[in-house]
Amino acid sequence: MDNPTLFVSSHAPYWHNGTRLSVKNCHIMIAALPAVIMGIYQYGAPALGVVALSVAAAMIWEFLMNLVLRRPVSIGDGSAALTGLIFAMLLPATTPWWTVVLGAFLAIVVAKQIYGGIGCNPLNPALVAIAIIFLSWQGIVDFDEALADYDLGFVMAYPLTALKYFGTSAISDFSAADLLMGRHAGAIGATFALGLLAGGIYLMLRGMIRWEISLSFLAGVFVTALLFYLADSQKYAGPLFHLLTGYTLIGAFFLATEDSSSPVNFIPMLIYGACAGILTVLIRNIGAFVDGTVFAILMMNVANPLIDKIRPKALGGGMKHA
Amino acid sequence: MKKPFFGLTRPKLAYSGIDDTGPDIQEIPVPERIFFSRQIKKGEGPTISRGQEVRTGQRLRPLEDMRVCVTATATGVIGDVSVETDYSGRTTLSMSIETEPKDRWDPEFEQAGISAQSEDVLSYLSALPGISDLIPLVRRENPLDTILVSGFDRDLLTATNQLSLKTGAGNLARGIEIMKQMTGVNRVMVAAPPSLASEAERGGVEVRIQNPLYPGADPRLLVRSILGTTVLPSRPLTDVNVGVVSAEGVIAMGRAFQDQRPPVSKLLTVIGKDNRPVAVRARIGTPVGHLLNTLHIEVSGGDRLVLGGPMAGKGIYSVDVPVGPDTDAVMVQDKDHVIPPSSEPCINCGECVRACPARVPVNMLIRLLENGLFEEAAQQYDLLSCIECGLCSYVCMMRIPIFHYIMLGKHELALSGYLEESHG
Repeated sequence: MDNPTLFVSSHAPYWHNGTRLSVKNCHIMIAALPAVIMGIYQYGAPALGVVALSVAAAMIWEFLMNLVLRRPVSIGDGSAALTGLIFAMLLPATTPWWTVVLGAFLAIVVAKQIYGGIGCNPLNPALVAIAIIFLSWQGIVDFDEALADYDLGFVMAYPLTALKYFGTSAISDFSAADLLMGRHAGAIGATFALGLLAGGIYLMLRGMIRWEISLSFLAGVFVTALLFYLADSQKYAGPLFHLLTGYTLIGAFFLATEDSSSPVNFIPMLIYGACAGILTVLIRNIGAFVDGTVFAILMMNVANPLIDKIRPKALGGGMKHA
Repeated sequence: MKKPFFGLTRPKLAYSGIDDTGPDIQEIPVPERIFFSRQIKKGEGPTISRGQEVRTGQRLRPLEDMRVCVTATATGVIGDVSVETDYSGRTTLSMSIETEPKDRWDPEFEQAGISAQSEDVLSYLSALPGISDLIPLVRRENPLDTILVSGFDRDLLTATNQLSLKTGAGNLARGIEIMKQMTGVNRVMVAAPPSLASEAERGGVEVRIQNPLYPGADPRLLVRSILGTTVLPSRPLTDVNVGVVSAEGVIAMGRAFQDQRPPVSKLLTVIGKDNRPVAVRARIGTPVGHLLNTLHIEVSGGDRLVLGGPMAGKGIYSVDVPVGPDTDAVMVQDKDHVIPPSSEPCINCGECVRACPARVPVNMLIRLLENGLFEEAAQQYDLLSCIECGLCSYVCMMRIPIFHYIMLGKHELALSGYLEESHG
C-alpha cells in the first residue's frame, strides 16, 4: 500500500456525551455539601472530624481492597469518597473514631467490595454500615444521648425520638421552620432540610439521580403519614413532620437513589420509591425503631431485582419460545 | 455533543439537514483507479482477466456464477482481480479498473431495451445507491403490501438522502412507477422531513411528514410510527410485507431509465475533522483516500476513518477502501477527539435503558454479554430487539462499548445457528 498511515479503528458510536462517573459523584458530593456544612457549622470541629475521617477511611479501605483483590485502583472515580461522605452524614457529631473507621469498613468492604465492587452491590453500602452500627451500638447513634452535652440555643432533642416516646404533644416544640433550618438535634448531614432539598432538586434537574425514585419516596412518606394522621391526629404526627425529620430527605435524594441497588425502569422506580416511603412511616409509627428510613430502603434494595423485572415489551415483542 | 445541563430526558440528537451541508454538491473527479469488492460464495475463480477493456456502465460478469454482476463505473482497463477467503470463511471478489479520463458509455442498457419487468433488470443496477435494500423487495410471486420511500438519513451529520430528494425530486415519480412495476407493489408512501414536503409531494403518492429525533429515522422505527407494524429486528421487515428504500435509490432508478444509462455514481456526505459535512458526488468504487485528497482533508496516524456517520458508521483502516452503493457518509475523526472505550463494569445508572428506542433492558443485557452468555441474552433480555443505533454506548458514563458487545453477541448467535433455530 502506498499510504502507511495507521488509523485507529473501533466500533461505533464515535461520539460520546462526555459524562463520566467521577464527574457525577463530584456533583452528588457538591449537592450534599450544604447539609454537611450546616452540620459542621452547628457542631463544630467534632463534626468536621467525623466527615473527614469517614471520607478518608472509605477511600483507604477501597484502596486496600483494590490491592488485596489485585483490581485496578478505583478511588479516582469518587464513589468511595461519596459513600464515606454519605455515611458520615448519617452519624452524630460525637461518633468515636473507631466507629467511623469500622463503619467505613462495613460500607466499602462488606457491603461493596466482596460483592465485586462498584455496580455489584445489592444493598446501599452506607445504609448497610449504619444499620450494623445502629443494631450493634445503639447508644452511639442515639442522637439524644450522643448530643446530650451540646447546647446550641434550640431544642436539643431528636424529633423522632420525642414523637416515639412522648407523643405528638412533644413535637409541638419543633416548628416547620426549625426543621427546615436544621434547628434540632440529629445527624451531621440529615437535619438541614432546606439544604438537602436544594441539593436533591439540583441533582434531579441535572439528571444525576433518578427523580422518579426521590419523588415517589417522598410521596410514599407523605401519603402514608397523612393517612395515619387522618386516622388519629392525637397519636400520629402530620405528613410534613415526617418529611422533614429523621433521614427522610437524605434518604429520598442520596440513599434510595444509589445506582446499583435501585431499579432503572419507570414503573419499578415508582414502586421502589413509594414502597420505601410507605415502609419508612410504617416502621416509625407502628414499628420498634425510631426512624424507619434505613431499614425501609434496605428492604426495598433486596426487592429491587424482582421489581425491576417489570419492564416494557421490547421492539418486536421479544423472543417467543415454545 | 455534550450531555445537556438539564438531564431529565433522553438525549435529543437532531438529524442534520441540507442547511448543514449547503445545497452545493461537489463533483469528485474520476480517480486513476477504482475498486470493487463483493462477498461471494466460495470456490470460484475469476473469469475476467487483467487488461480487459471496459466502458462506463458496462455490466461485467467476472465469475463463472453468472448471477454475480458488477457495473463498471468508469472507462478503462481491468487491473487486479482476486478471489480470497478470509479467516472467518467469507470469500470476497475484489477487482480494480485503471481508468481513462474520458468516459465512453456502454450502449448495452439502451440497446437491450431494459424495462422494469425484465428478468435481469437488477443485474444492471449493481451500482444503484441503496441496492441492498431493494433486492429483497423484488418478490414477483408474492408482492409486498407497502413500500416506504424514506427521505431521511440514517445517521447524524449526514444529508445524503435529503439532498438527493431535494435535487432529484423530478425523477421521484418515475422511480416510484418503475419500482411499482419491478416489485408488483401497489401501495408506496414517501416519508420526509418537513423541509422536504414539497419535493416529497412530487412523487405523486401518499406523503407522510415526520420530524424525528435520532434514531427515529431508522427504517424500523419509521415503519412503526407510520404503519404501526413491527417485527423482531433480527428478522427482515419483509416478514410483515413491508419494505423501506431510500429516496436516493428510487430517484437514481428513475434517472437511469430516463437517461437509459445505469447508475454509476453516488451522492455522499463527507464529514471532516471539524464535523462540518460536505456533500459530494463520486463514482462507486472511488477510494476514500481520493475523496479526502480532493477535499484537502489531511489524515494522520491515530485518526479514525469511518464509513457512515458518527453513531453507527463502520470503522475502516485504510484509505483504499472504496465508496460502495450503500456508503452514505465518510467521516474523519481527529485523534484528539477519539474517546476510548473502557473495561469498567456497569454501575446500573440506567441511562442506556432510558435512551434505548427499542426498550431493551441494556443494563441487564450487558452483564450477560460481558460473560459470553449470548443465548441467555437473547432469551431473557431482548438482545435481538436492538436496532443498532449506538445510543447506549453514547450515553454510558462508564464508557462501556455496549454497542460493540451487542454486535458481538448477534454475530456469535448467527455463527452458532441459534437464529435459524429460534425463528423456526
